[in-house]
Amino acid sequence: MRNGREETMKPLEKILDAVKPHFRESGRFGRFWPLFDSVETFLYRIPVPTKSGAHIRDSFDLKRMMIMVMLALVPCIVFGTYNVGYQHFLASGLPGTALQCLAVGAGVIVPMYLVTFGVGLGWEVLFAIIRKEEVSEGFFVTGTLIPLIMPPTLPLWQLALAVTFSVVLGKELFGGTGMNIFNPALLARAFIFFAYPRSISGSGVWTLTQGRVVDTYTMATPLTSAADAAGSVIGHLSSQGYGFTDMFLGFIPGSIGETSIPAIAIGALVLLVTGVGSWRIMLSVFAGGLAVAALVNALAPGPEGMMALPPAYHLVMGGFAFGAVFMATDPVSAAATNTGKYIFGFLIGALTIVIRVFNPAFPEGMMLSILLMNMFAPLIDYGVVRSGVRRRKKHAAR
Amino acid sequence: MMVTIKKGYDIAVPGRARGFADRDIIPDHVALLPGEFLGTRPKLLVREGEKVKTGTPLFTDKGNDAVRFVAPLGGTVEKIIRGERRALEAVVIRTDRQKGRTAPGPRIKNAGTREGILAALLESGLFPCFRQRPFGVTANPDDIPRDIFIPAMDTAPLAPDPNVIVAGREDLFRRGLEIIARLTGGRVHLVVDGSSKSPSAAFTDVRGVELHYFKGPHPAGSVGVHIHHIAPIKNAADIVWHCSVQSVILIGRLFATGKLSFEITAAAAGPAAASPGYFTTIAGARLDTLTEGMSAGENIRRISGNVLTGRHQGTEGYLGFYDNLVTLLPEAESRRFLGWISPGLRDDSFSRSFLSRWIGTLAGRRIDTNMNGGVRPFVATGLYERLLPMDIHPLMLFKSIHAEDLEEMEELGLLDIAEEDVALCEYACPSKSEIQKLVRKGLDLMVRES
Repeated sequence: MRNGREETMKPLEKILDAVKPHFRESGRFGRFWPLFDSVETFLYRIPVPTKSGAHIRDSFDLKRMMIMVMLALVPCIVFGTYNVGYQHFLASGLPGTALQCLAVGAGVIVPMYLVTFGVGLGWEVLFAIIRKEEVSEGFFVTGTLIPLIMPPTLPLWQLALAVTFSVVLGKELFGGTGMNIFNPALLARAFIFFAYPRSISGSGVWTLTQGRVVDTYTMATPLTSAADAAGSVIGHLSSQGYGFTDMFLGFIPGSIGETSIPAIAIGALVLLVTGVGSWRIMLSVFAGGLAVAALVNALAPGPEGMMALPPAYHLVMGGFAFGAVFMATDPVSAAATNTGKYIFGFLIGALTIVIRVFNPAFPEGMMLSILLMNMFAPLIDYGVVRSGVRRRKKHAAR
Repeated sequence: MMVTIKKGYDIAVPGRARGFADRDIIPDHVALLPGEFLGTRPKLLVREGEKVKTGTPLFTDKGNDAVRFVAPLGGTVEKIIRGERRALEAVVIRTDRQKGRTAPGPRIKNAGTREGILAALLESGLFPCFRQRPFGVTANPDDIPRDIFIPAMDTAPLAPDPNVIVAGREDLFRRGLEIIARLTGGRVHLVVDGSSKSPSAAFTDVRGVELHYFKGPHPAGSVGVHIHHIAPIKNAADIVWHCSVQSVILIGRLFATGKLSFEITAAAAGPAAASPGYFTTIAGARLDTLTEGMSAGENIRRISGNVLTGRHQGTEGYLGFYDNLVTLLPEAESRRFLGWISPGLRDDSFSRSFLSRWIGTLAGRRIDTNMNGGVRPFVATGLYERLLPMDIHPLMLFKSIHAEDLEEMEELGLLDIAEEDVALCEYACPSKSEIQKLVRKGLDLMVRES
């Protein structure tokens, strides 16, 4: 039996088994066990038998969950790569084929991912070794998200600092994946926002240019542009080249992964079908955004200004849709109770519109409202749980 | 009354037992395991080498001498197994196979009164058939239970069909119900599977009990779910008892025939069972006798009970006092390359992230003892909430147990649950948490405080 198994073992398994003893506690590299373990469990689902409790366990684990989110992000990554190049050629007035667009985009995105994962995983492995724990796979999602919510012109050293801030201060200091209060990817963005505001605001950062920009090209994102609008806000947007269809399809400047609604919708579908993303949160973010935008829109004194922006526009502009689908649904930092999720999501949507409309300093409200609600999520859950306790007491008293 | 349970999940474990009990297996060895009788502390009464008969007390409860745990079959005490700090783990008897499996029961002085019945149950060793909620422990004879629940359904993976267990013993079951009804001032609730096409008349045609129908996925058949939906626990002093169909038959037999016997109907099933089926045997029977010639393949785990809550004691296992099922499960063996991204045609999962959940499995489920992932902190995936059909926030409850916050645990509903009610949450937990152990820890803490 044993011999039979060894014969059928694949070469890779042989290598793993050969080096494994060195990483055991007594081995030469015993201290680096978490590193070996993460490589092995990445390559294989290893046969660790159940010891107590249920004898069988679901095939689903956190790795699988993370991988589903990463799969859901693929359309956004591909479109984002294309759009970085597309905007580049549009700004320079030169013709660019689809392949050229992808190539230019890849030139931006590949280094960003290399830096994000290099720095992020480095910290994760370091903390795992210090804590003598398995390397948590939580960073894979965070790391996939971070470049997608950054402008394409972000200097790589700033990105490295942001990733460090997010992993070390945002997550590991709280005890690691599952213990953090704030969405780590958004923390990276918030870090840039407050530490290097010029890298992530204004109109110069959203398009990769080589100095030369044609007159017909608007550098500002639609949101910034709408905030500065004189006259009818819709008219102003379309005069800038930001028709509803363009903004819906995503051929506009912005953070790398956030612009395309169809790409986000495919991702949302993956999350909903696999059950990995909470439909309650997604639905209520959109509901909250639509409700407040409709209210504000109805109260708008005239066709000018952010108040006059129709509700549907809000949902396709900026990071609203991306945040609703991929950021608000982070199970660690969102509300945990089902009722709480409705409240949590609705307030995110509502707050985003309030910030966008009434605070000219922050044309994009999504990041701040999600971070703010991350902070309130435990309080929302507390309220929901307490009301459940009261209901149960009443029920028991009958 | 029909209660339809929506939350839950039926794990498609292959190898269900079919048909009726067509074999009789008299074991060479039987054992009684004190660890099963939660809330009691054993005081050993026998020595190795001592001869015992069916019904000879092997140990009693230190807290209440009247509660006896007796030999399920006559023979010689072969060994007394002790574990850590000399805790009594098992009393193993080598049986006299020739002698009969029944013995004269205790003289029943007054089967019409609660006292008479209780005395006979205690003396015969059948009293531990009753378990109580809250806390999920062995019942205390000093309590008068508010109600008694009898689940005549079992939705756990590969659970034996109560209709098979009661077949041919309908009269004993009815007699048992009559006796049990006198132990409570309240009601006896009999819960029948509402999706069963032809439930035994023993369940549907009964008098003096309240009949309920439950249907839905597991844990719709769990007694904790029944209590929660029919007459929930109000506080730590609000005690209800519950008792299995098998136990009702054992009690009925004692009072109908005056004879004591621990003959039960059980099933051997599971992915590694070559020919799953039912048989009659004796409570506490050694597992390898029950599964002789049945194992398909090597390296198999023999579990007394089901795959969610059952017990595994290595090669030498015994059927639990409350169990009517041996599950044969293959041990996890080979590595699976890039398992986390496989389409998952053969992997079972409650989550919808494997193809098997969508198109079923053509090749059959691959179910073994693999943890299928590393242990991680709790993540609020919303999975628990879809698997516990009670008005409870499971994640918040589990967190309060972690924090050892007694008041919070009780308010969040710990009194409503025991291990079996949350075993599915443990199965599905992507962080691979030990939820059953956690819940027991919380219950122990509460018992100690009250």
